[in-house]
Amino acid sequence: MDLKNLTLEEIAREIREGRLSSRDATEYYLERISSFDGAVNSYITVTEERAREEAAACDEEQARGKLKGPLHGVPVGLKDIFCTKGVRTTCGSRMLENFIPPYDSEVYRRLREAGAVLLGKQNMDEFAMGSSTETSYFGPTRNPHDLSRIPGGSSGGSAAAVAAGLSPTSVGTDTGGSIRQPAALCGVVGMKPTYGRVSRFGMVAFASSLDQAGPITTSVRDAAFLLGVISGHDPKDSTSVNVDVPDYLSFCGREVSGMTVGVPEEYFIEGMEEEVRKRVEEAVERLSSLGCRIERIRLPHTDYALACYYIVAPAEASSNLARYDGVKYGYRTESYEGLIDMYMKTRAEGFGSEVKRRIMLGTYALSAGYYEAFYGKALRVRSLIKRDFLKAFETVDVIVAPTSPTTAFGLGERLHDPLTMYLSDIFTIPVNLAGLPAISIPCGEDGKGLPVGVQIIGKHFREEEIFQVAFALESELGRARVVDPESTAGEGE
Amino acid sequence: MEYEAVIGLEVHAQLKTESKIFCGCSTRFGESPNRNTCPVCTGMPGVLPVLNRRVVDFAIKAALATNCTIQRRNVFARKNYYYPDLPKGYQISQYELPIATGGYVEIVVGGERKRIGITRIHMEEDAGKLVHEGEFEKAHHSLVDFNRAAVPLLEIVSEPDIRSPEEGGAYLRMLRDILVYLDICDGNMEEGSFRCDANVSVRPKGAKEFGTKTELKNMNSFRNVERALEYEIQRQIQVLREGGTVVQETRLFDANTGRTVSMRTKEEAHDYRYFPDPDLVPLEIDDEWVERVRKTLPELPLEKIDRFQKEYSLPLYDCQILCSSKNLADFFEEAVKLHPNPKGISNWIMAEVLRELNREKVDISETKLKPAHVASIVKLIDEGTISGKIGKSVFEEVYRTGESPEKIVEERGLVQVSDEAALEEIARKVLENHPKEVESYKKGKTGVIGFFVGQVMKETKGKANPKLVNEILRRLLSS
Amino acid sequence: MAITREEVLHIARLARLALTEDEVSLFTEQLGKILDYMAKLNELDVADVEPTAHAIEMTNVLREDVVTNGDQREEILSNAPDRSGDCFRVPRILED
Repeated sequence: MDLKNLTLEEIAREIREGRLSSRDATEYYLERISSFDGAVNSYITVTEERAREEAAACDEEQARGKLKGPLHGVPVGLKDIFCTKGVRTTCGSRMLENFIPPYDSEVYRRLREAGAVLLGKQNMDEFAMGSSTETSYFGPTRNPHDLSRIPGGSSGGSAAAVAAGLSPTSVGTDTGGSIRQPAALCGVVGMKPTYGRVSRFGMVAFASSLDQAGPITTSVRDAAFLLGVISGHDPKDSTSVNVDVPDYLSFCGREVSGMTVGVPEEYFIEGMEEEVRKRVEEAVERLSSLGCRIERIRLPHTDYALACYYIVAPAEASSNLARYDGVKYGYRTESYEGLIDMYMKTRAEGFGSEVKRRIMLGTYALSAGYYEAFYGKALRVRSLIKRDFLKAFETVDVIVAPTSPTTAFGLGERLHDPLTMYLSDIFTIPVNLAGLPAISIPCGEDGKGLPVGVQIIGKHFREEEIFQVAFALESELGRARVVDPESTAGEGE
Repeated sequence: MEYEAVIGLEVHAQLKTESKIFCGCSTRFGESPNRNTCPVCTGMPGVLPVLNRRVVDFAIKAALATNCTIQRRNVFARKNYYYPDLPKGYQISQYELPIATGGYVEIVVGGERKRIGITRIHMEEDAGKLVHEGEFEKAHHSLVDFNRAAVPLLEIVSEPDIRSPEEGGAYLRMLRDILVYLDICDGNMEEGSFRCDANVSVRPKGAKEFGTKTELKNMNSFRNVERALEYEIQRQIQVLREGGTVVQETRLFDANTGRTVSMRTKEEAHDYRYFPDPDLVPLEIDDEWVERVRKTLPELPLEKIDRFQKEYSLPLYDCQILCSSKNLADFFEEAVKLHPNPKGISNWIMAEVLRELNREKVDISETKLKPAHVASIVKLIDEGTISGKIGKSVFEEVYRTGESPEKIVEERGLVQVSDEAALEEIARKVLENHPKEVESYKKGKTGVIGFFVGQVMKETKGKANPKLVNEILRRLLSS
Repeated sequence: MAITREEVLHIARLARLALTEDEVSLFTEQLGKILDYMAKLNELDVADVEPTAHAIEMTNVLREDVVTNGDQREEILSNAPDRSGDCFRVPRILED
């Protein structure tokens, strides 16, 4: 059976109803990984043996008439930021190259309990710091639509793998756009839920007040399906919110006529690619034709979001990454004179350039004499950004905007210009600062055949409204396309 | 010029919870290294803290008992610094919004009462333990044990209201007694469940401004705190008298020499980069919570001392000693209920009981001694059944065996002889056998009577009622 | 508002990062540019705005005081770069 164009839901159904074994499904993906991942580099670790064992166990269990859960026997990929007991978890860093966690992240625990089979751990920007998956210690991931281009980041390995059919789905994390931006650039669906919807336990922290896990899939229904599996209250995470999780799938297919869609003026700026603007405007028109009321809105503090984010996130990161000191786990430098030298060399050698830059930035922002000018101020500006959204949501149900100002750019193009790289996330960052849920779905291509993504932002804990609108739009525009990276490999190189 | 000392004490008290402050690891003391650890308290990637409710209950208790204002809104902050015993590279503590502020502890020094202000109390996590491998001087490595990491602590900071080592000791003991009374801390300085650092400066008497202060560390007993303060105050005064200036620094107390010595490290300017911990949500403490805790407050040491003075008409000194331990005070009250002679029982506890406890370094609850035992002994003496001297030997046996005093007195036939006829016969014999002494008594050396009493006691193996023997002897001698 | 070389070195020390000469120069320049960009926030008057430390407002998340963890020592020590017996081993703190 060719699974390439099947959705996660369909694969789960085929297995559940006995037309496909978990073993065959797993072999299918392992084989595609061995054919294509040399070029894409979307995996850091392929857990081949473990996947085969898990698949066999699922098949046996099913033969005895037992199903583990909604993902029984379904192969999945996972961003290498989620701790997996007994499977090394690198977070894209030399620092954790050989780290084998003695515990599972809550996200993976829920996937496993639902019956998922782990294909492997997917590539990412080091400690999720980046927008191109080029800062990974394990080499850059390439965009399956054009191997000379970046897949976006930081969950670039996950988005590229899903786009190239190297895993039918993945769970990524999004701190400033790290699910949505790579999903847009790879032409797949990426959903960042409301902050607190999915447990952060066992997910290596970048910026704790912004990090949130979410699905990367080839369809809106799959995103709804997978989010249903991984979300819900977790007493191990103090910021996990104890509210009911609705049946997201039941909202896919509901009428959108009569809903109000806000289109923020500030998200259509000078400097964004013209074709991106066009595709997004076309998507808005489609929604209008489906009976949505389109309202032009203002989110006046959007322009300050990037500066705000690049204070808050590095500040939290500088503290979160202090634990990597060569004492308890992870990398330790070879030779040193005393403790402080050990610390300084271990961290200098264990971290890559972008991580060091952000640690420096965050340390500076929190240091004596600068706290109020930077961190204190940024937290206040964060309030203004959140307030903008809450005000807009008084009159609109969802907000529609571009996900990224550009389509996928070339490998190495922005790597040495941090500020330009940071600008890749200007449309995704405000959502994280406000803790809102948002999805990115494909909305066509630019002239070079590169995918464009449109973002749908919802109210806090109203993911179902996002799915409702996203599904309606997807039905108009067509579902994400899974590509064989080989066939396009020549284009850009 | 006369100088006065200005002292502030900073106490770290380990809370007696079952589990650690942010994870479900045991807090038990004395386990083998790293036995009480998990991914959370060793700072593994991606793990998260969840606050232990009892830590908050205990902090509220301490705040109420020290007359503090309880802050409604509490925020945990990260204090960032690198040290191998600090697994996350930051300590979760409270910074701008601590749980309690603006309280005081009342102490009694030289019969006078004085209030020592409490600046703030906050909740935080303890660090792990670092030991040097092999001999200290030659050690190239240190070993890290995280059993203590994330054990809950209260940091209690006093105002610089303390003016002498004696006041410092009194404050520290009173604070310890309060926490022990509240049953939230062991108060054991030697084991480190109650730790103290001091800020010390001196200034010309009457001056308003503070002098340059030094921070004293490494004082692991009440006595050592007093010794360290004593030494440091004198040292600073001498420095000033010789025209020098006090250097702001951290000094370690050396218990062997009784001196404080400079740590002599180039301390990096502290820049802890505090910020609110995004992994923990704010804590709101409402009136209901405070009142719920208030209902569980026991009578506090000073309240008890006051009550003992009034209710039992005991001297202040007795009350302070009896109330220094809640168990001891309870023991006293139980005993008085059984035999209402407070002063008699107090005397017995302060002399005999405490001698045994101090000798064995144990708490009264760890012995076989019961309040009824002491009540019985005092009662037996008061009723003349046994002499005080016999009482002491009975006590020793009771303490050792836990047998009832009545039984011991009975079995060993220690009942005092008060049979007048029998005693008179013995007395006559004694006088007959000592004609010389009788002669000198009659010549006016009446002090000899003590000798006769002693002889009678000897004959009766100490069981004779001394008062009665005295009467009989006087009667016989004057006849 | 640029950042000086000395500040970069101070921050690197606080963050326990040994930087090469090239990194010091690079970071001085790059952080300078980024901090200049941050100055944008000064356009806003936020004196009366409350800070937002958490995206979602919640309070009082607590656990009961119960020991739930058993002995995990071997797992905890299994990733140690250096250990001695049941302890993590670290170089001694040299006084500088």
